Amino acid sequence: MRRIGIDVGGTNTDAVLLQDGRLVHAIKTPTTADVTGGIVTALDLLGRHPEVARGAIDGVVIGTTHFVNAVVQRRGLTRVGAIRIGLPTGASLPPFCDWPADLAVLARGAVFMLEGGHDYDGRPIMPFDEAGMRDAARQIRASGLSAVAIAAVFSPLDPSHEERARAILAEECPEASVTLSHRLGRIGLLERENAALLNAALADLARVTIAGFREAIQASHIAAPLYLTQNDGTVMSAETAMALPVMSFASSATNSMRGAAFLSGLADAMVVDVGGTSTDVGELRHGFPREANSVVEVGQVRTLFRMPDLLSIALGGGSIVAPAKADGAPLRVGPQSVGYRLTEEALVFGGATPTATDAAVAAGIVVIGDPTKAAGVPRETADAVLGMARGKLEDAIDRMKTEAGPVPLIAVGGGAFLVPDTLAGVSRVIRVPHGDCANAVGAAIAQVSGETDQVYREMTRQAAIAAATAQAIERAVAAGAERASLETVDVEDMPLAYLPGNALRVRVRVAGAMRGSAR
Amino acid sequence: MTTPITLDDIESLAVGAWILGTGGGGSPYLGLLNMRRLYAEGHRVQLMSPLDLADDDRVAVVSNMGAPLVGQERLADSRNIARAVEIQEEFSGEKFCAVMSLEIGGGNGIQPLMAAAHLGLPVVDADTMGRAYPEAQMTSVAVGGLQPYPCALYDPRGIEAVVTKVPSWKWMEGASRKICVEMGSIASTCKAPRTGAEIKEWGIHFTVSKAIGIGLRVREAQRRHEDPVAAILDEAQGKKLFRGKVVDVERRTTEGFLRGRAVIEGLDEDRGSRLEIAFQNEWVVAWRDGAPVAMSPDLICVLDTVSGNAAGTETIRYGMRVTVVALPAPPVFLTAKGLEHVGPRAFDYDLDFRSVFDP
Repeated sequence: MRRIGIDVGGTNTDAVLLQDGRLVHAIKTPTTADVTGGIVTALDLLGRHPEVARGAIDGVVIGTTHFVNAVVQRRGLTRVGAIRIGLPTGASLPPFCDWPADLAVLARGAVFMLEGGHDYDGRPIMPFDEAGMRDAARQIRASGLSAVAIAAVFSPLDPSHEERARAILAEECPEASVTLSHRLGRIGLLERENAALLNAALADLARVTIAGFREAIQASHIAAPLYLTQNDGTVMSAETAMALPVMSFASSATNSMRGAAFLSGLADAMVVDVGGTSTDVGELRHGFPREANSVVEVGQVRTLFRMPDLLSIALGGGSIVAPAKADGAPLRVGPQSVGYRLTEEALVFGGATPTATDAAVAAGIVVIGDPTKAAGVPRETADAVLGMARGKLEDAIDRMKTEAGPVPLIAVGGGAFLVPDTLAGVSRVIRVPHGDCANAVGAAIAQVSGETDQVYREMTRQAAIAAATAQAIERAVAAGAERASLETVDVEDMPLAYLPGNALRVRVRVAGAMRGSAR
Repeated sequence: MTTPITLDDIESLAVGAWILGTGGGGSPYLGLLNMRRLYAEGHRVQLMSPLDLADDDRVAVVSNMGAPLVGQERLADSRNIARAVEIQEEFSGEKFCAVMSLEIGGGNGIQPLMAAAHLGLPVVDADTMGRAYPEAQMTSVAVGGLQPYPCALYDPRGIEAVVTKVPSWKWMEGASRKICVEMGSIASTCKAPRTGAEIKEWGIHFTVSKAIGIGLRVREAQRRHEDPVAAILDEAQGKKLFRGKVVDVERRTTEGFLRGRAVIEGLDEDRGSRLEIAFQNEWVVAWRDGAPVAMSPDLICVLDTVSGNAAGTETIRYGMRVTVVALPAPPVFLTAKGLEHVGPRAFDYDLDFRSVFDP
């Protein structure tokens, strides 16, 4: 099997080719503003390797921080028409009610609250307000909003009101892209609605970006299906990703950790990914990142996404070094960073801004750019900068560890040279070849999943979960997964008290390795 | 005499009440959002000591009743609880001087503040549970044998009900629960009105301040990157029971309650052990490797190991890393009469109560 994995980061676009579990070639190139250009360049560079050029590609898998960055940096967002179905309940807490003001002002197009939704026992709270919905749809069309998010009370139990609302929207404004909350979350109206609102706000960006990914692959003459990776380290089709961009929110971090596991051969370890601006610290358990507990904030919005538990600290290769001042102000490293301008602004690249990279070069632990240009950084300053980096890392590792004893640590990312060879609480520091492309490797090895979500009656809970698991396995195999590698990644069951016969709604998700192609 | 409750106090109250909720009572987050909104609109709420109540003062005891899971979907609206108080006033023809929480634990720790903001009344620094409990007879006022009726219930669809008379607290539980289930397993309620004298004798005092205090310590620990669980144990004189990872959660909803169990596999010094906790809206009994180690009325609190925030019976899920702690029960529940109401047998567990805090 031959898969290309691509990571489109804020600074660099990385690409790797994996063939039958072996990393053939890896390259790194700056991300471009249009995204497409960077991918075209990356694929071009990758294709120059003789082994890459030979033979067909089974799939291109892209992981990207593009969508989550858009939320965090408040850019590229579309105004959303928010439709809440559930009056007269919840009237004092309308859509966007717990959003930070600066984000709400960019994403809130219009808010409509309508009667409808369901009770826990399956009865409608109120009959769905069809006339009100039609009126809302017309107002949405008149105001030119192109993205709509719909959330109904208890829609995970009964999605019919959300679906009816979408049907009316399709009649009145067929062009609008619509997100239904039940596709993105479980019980918890506000968090599920927030996920739907974020998703709708990314609709335009997702369309343009994923079309750009496709163009780039076509321009590179690769005839292979395009996948995007999602938060749990599995792939989704480009079509699904276009409809549900929020599912990619944490994919880059997941890929980085899964890539680190693959490259090191370790399934249980701490991982530090040192980038240009920040460092993520996480923990690998059985080859997967440990997940954060329950509520996860994205750009300060509460959601219930399952995401890796990561601690981000402001330390990276581009962190700006502010030397100690005569007035007593101490030496500082970060939080400001030159970011993607590292190759222009850092001293070793002929710039005028001392960075953590310059300190590492001056200390002689790495050779980057023109080392003579780092000569202006006094040795004591360089050592102090590295000491501070060590302190920040040790503190972050300690906070993320779940066991008391020393643990192995895999250092990846372009700034991994800032990680010293010995650290408190760490048994050994593992550096891997191509560790600076761990995200792209993680994308290339992304798994295939299968999911079922259905109601079982007159069965014990165990039997219902077993039946659901068997079906999820068949779906994953049909999607290209290797049967023996499949593992259950998520089980959720919810009793439906209103249905006769001990009705239980069971959702099971399994994931495993992609089968090798027949060739 | 009253003291103003600041919005920062309410932020702390939300954290502390959720911990005292022992898994139930619903997350106070939605109540907090309502209060942020009310404070932004200029409303302010005052806190008064129960000891400052005159004997004949009338106090409205409020709570949101129902399955916590339902509260995650039918979001709290501050006007509903205020309306329940008004229904009680209309029924009795008498005005209230203050509002008080039925249960400090969970979202109900904030409910009286919402009613108070709309009605312009102070909140009494007391409740009748010192935590959260699922049923109407599981209160200090029921243990005290005080009159259980009338109880007003409100549903924002315009359904208003008053249970005018019942022979016992158990019947009040049964009758009001039926109405609550009909309303969708959620109802804003104003319980039997209490006099100042009754609150002074039977109320569990200063629990609003206690919840604010616990919440403040957790928030401070989070800010300073200190261990929030240790801060809770210190602030509330608690005891750590278990640390581990959730490996199974089973839930079923019956008659308006969320019942089930959670299984936690030990980590660190608890590695190799399993803790199983049964719940009926709240955590009721915990067994370590099959042997009961904690039970109601001791408070069993399941906390996120990292943040110290409480994990609710409706939000806990597979993979969460949690620390289980016990906090001491209000003394009124440790008497023979108290244990009849809230001991393990009140939840159908054939166990003799043994406190975690017994020497």
